Amino acid sequence: MPADPLLPVLDRRRLLAGGAMALLAGACPQLAFARAATDRRFVFVIQRGAADGLATLAPTGDPAFAALRGAFADLDGGTPLGDFFTLHPALKQTAQLYAGGEALFVHATASPYRERSHFDGQNVLETGGRAAYALRDGWLNRLLGLLPPAQGKAIALSATVPMVLRGPREVSSYAPSGLPDASADLMARVGAMYAADSRLHALWTEAMATRDMAGDAAGRGGAQRGAQVGALVARMLAEDGARIAVVETQGWDTHAGQKGRLASTLGGVDAQLAALKAGLGPAWADTLVLVATEFGRTAAPNGTGGTDHGTGAVAWLAGGAVQGGRVVADWPGLRPADLFEGRDLRPTTGLDAVVTGALAAHFGLDPAHVARTLFPDGPPKPLEGLLRA
Amino acid sequence: MPILISQAPMSQAAIALNRFGLGARPDEPLPDDPRGWLESQFAHFEARPAAFAATPSRRDVAQQLADYYEATRARRARPAAAVAPAPPTPDGLPAMAAANLAGSPDETRKFIQGEARAAYLSLVEARVASALTTPAPFAERLVHFWANHFAISIDKLPVIGLGGLLEVEAIRPHLTGRFADMLLAVEQHPAMLLYLDQAQSIGPNSPTGTFLANRPNARRRPGLNENLAREILELHTLGVHGGYSQADVTEFARALTGWTVAGISQAPAARRIGLDGPAGDFAFAEPLHEPGTRSIVGRRYGQPGEGQARAVLADLAAHPATATHLATKLARHFAGDDPPRALVDRLSAAYLRSQGDLPTMYRVLIASPETWNPAPLRFKSPWDWSISAARAVGSRQIPGRMAAGLLTQLGQEVWKPGSPAGWDDLDATWAGPDALVRRVEAADRIAARAGTGLDARQLDPRALADRVLPGSISPATQAAVARAESPAQGLALLLASPEFLRR
Repeated sequence: MPADPLLPVLDRRRLLAGGAMALLAGACPQLAFARAATDRRFVFVIQRGAADGLATLAPTGDPAFAALRGAFADLDGGTPLGDFFTLHPALKQTAQLYAGGEALFVHATASPYRERSHFDGQNVLETGGRAAYALRDGWLNRLLGLLPPAQGKAIALSATVPMVLRGPREVSSYAPSGLPDASADLMARVGAMYAADSRLHALWTEAMATRDMAGDAAGRGGAQRGAQVGALVARMLAEDGARIAVVETQGWDTHAGQKGRLASTLGGVDAQLAALKAGLGPAWADTLVLVATEFGRTAAPNGTGGTDHGTGAVAWLAGGAVQGGRVVADWPGLRPADLFEGRDLRPTTGLDAVVTGALAAHFGLDPAHVARTLFPDGPPKPLEGLLRA
Repeated sequence: MPILISQAPMSQAAIALNRFGLGARPDEPLPDDPRGWLESQFAHFEARPAAFAATPSRRDVAQQLADYYEATRARRARPAAAVAPAPPTPDGLPAMAAANLAGSPDETRKFIQGEARAAYLSLVEARVASALTTPAPFAERLVHFWANHFAISIDKLPVIGLGGLLEVEAIRPHLTGRFADMLLAVEQHPAMLLYLDQAQSIGPNSPTGTFLANRPNARRRPGLNENLAREILELHTLGVHGGYSQADVTEFARALTGWTVAGISQAPAARRIGLDGPAGDFAFAEPLHEPGTRSIVGRRYGQPGEGQARAVLADLAAHPATATHLATKLARHFAGDDPPRALVDRLSAAYLRSQGDLPTMYRVLIASPETWNPAPLRFKSPWDWSISAARAVGSRQIPGRMAAGLLTQLGQEVWKPGSPAGWDDLDATWAGPDALVRRVEAADRIAARAGTGLDARQLDPRALADRVLPGSISPATQAAVARAESPAQGLALLLASPEFLRR
């Protein structure tokens, strides 16, 4: 019989009893294990919902870009990275990391998944398989097996352990008590789902109006929340804490109203990175952050001010360990013939190659061994030179 | 206003699973023969399933209550004790303090939040686990129905711990028996006797009543308490328009005198009148019983002692007004706020024809076309929704404090309807704007927490949708679930969908 899906995460005593690592709730997490032998830290920020790489890091130097995106592109106040790319205006602090050589981007990247289901795409992103549900555990859990025990302490900042961390090796998860309100994105989707049901629609409309008056929905900017999350992760990764953390972010599935929503979600990640750097202090120098999504979005906007599910996307690497200040891309172009299936940014760099190359270098492991362990169904050729020598 | 409902018609299997049952579990097969599946459950129903194995016994809970009262009594007896004034209990029967923490002494607070709460949470946990794992979810739903019909509310101190036991000891054993037997078991259960103040009712002309009235400086007249008698007539049997008068209430209250609980009070007076039996047992205290023949709802009762009120209960159970009252409530629970007259009549006739055999009524529910209307007929209560959501994600047990917290947040604190009338079982009670938002937030949390330990594919909301609401999901909900940005969000949308909110 499978473990109960609600019980383990609800009953925190089990985590305590498990002993490997358990975080106590509250403002000052105390961790129950000795100081790690090594100080390398890795944070994986998952962008659930398919983040738009062409908006995050716009290829403004590609003559086809303006034709595709035109006024839909949000470029005002963006930061030019070299003469080809422009970083989204909400990513001001990330731009500073880039300028300081502590952030790089890999553009036109993707997992091996080539269809357009979020669920299946996220399963491939996290299991490291070639197809959805081909593997039963996550690549980050398999990585733990390659690390010395003191280095292999991992935590997910969520109520349950995300797929990327699931597997035989013990990991922990922690969500601040008093979970946040349901996301604005979920609320919007629920409202749309109720549109044709006169009774639920009336109730929902009234409830949302009341909440707006009460100010519940307002004042919770992505940046404010992102900063809180970043500071919390930094505490988790403090001296006696975990060495590996997974953070899930939502709100990337921007089929409509993309400009405003993306500014908020990107601002959240931006604030999260800045708060993480501030919170880690000197440990930032030995830290690697990967921000990645299950797939990208269509090259052209749709008719509702958004974009639909696509393929190639952007992955971010940040931290003191990164050989930053660069955009790594084998640029595929944006002319109609260049696009994957005539609609999406064509992926030219395997995300698995990025993960393998970065993690092997970060933890001083044999890249080929890392490739076989993390991506056993199709070990990639590791992308080298992403981190400082 | 005509209600426009966007959801697809419910399939027969979806109706059996959701309207009759407690929601589908992905790890259980769909019923091939929905009616046969429901019929078969009466044979599978367990009165005391394994889920209740670890719950505290009535003796233990009642003894804790007795110890608490004894400590309170001893403290009051101490001359120098500087405590808040408490009402005197010259009759030696326990004062029924309301479970209100404001301004109560530390020991009361400690009792309510400590032992009593622990017993309550243990019983909540068992109730939830039983609902999640039962092989007979239709029968289990009927347990919840009767528990609400015979409602107690834990805002009264003595029933915090004992309240859940009423369901376990008086309702479950008689679920597939006769209503008259369930009625008697309920009215003799300590939780009901204490909740509706019967335990301290004294016949004015009983030996104890006469003795207390003749004491010098008697500060109050010994009390006949009409509470239980009234609620039996109004709520448990005939119904509010069932044709009884205030005189019937008073006469019935006199007949009930002497029905009390053993071992709760350890005062000398309680011992003298024979209440020194095992804590929490039903006791008939002859010295409290009002002597004489009673006239109630047109009949005369000359029986001596305990048998007098028993005879009244038996006649009330057989009364046509009781049949109509029960039939209306059962029909409403399955067929909508305003149940079809024909269904009510059919249930009522079946009740009278079978001398109150409950499975005969249940079979009428199964056989009636009105309960198989493919349009959803009910908006789920918070309890229904929470249980069906936990079943949908494959949960088998939820810690009591978590379950109690969730139900409190959703507005239906377990065993705390606030009055003996219970929750009113009307859609409008639950379908409110704020309640809906809370439910969506709860769906979000449940979905975020589901998944650990289960195969990702088992919880794929696209597959799960058709599993829990087979053939009954509208294209709009299907699309919303399939387009969700993550499996967890898809699951939250499924749990919040119009189809999942109703049954």
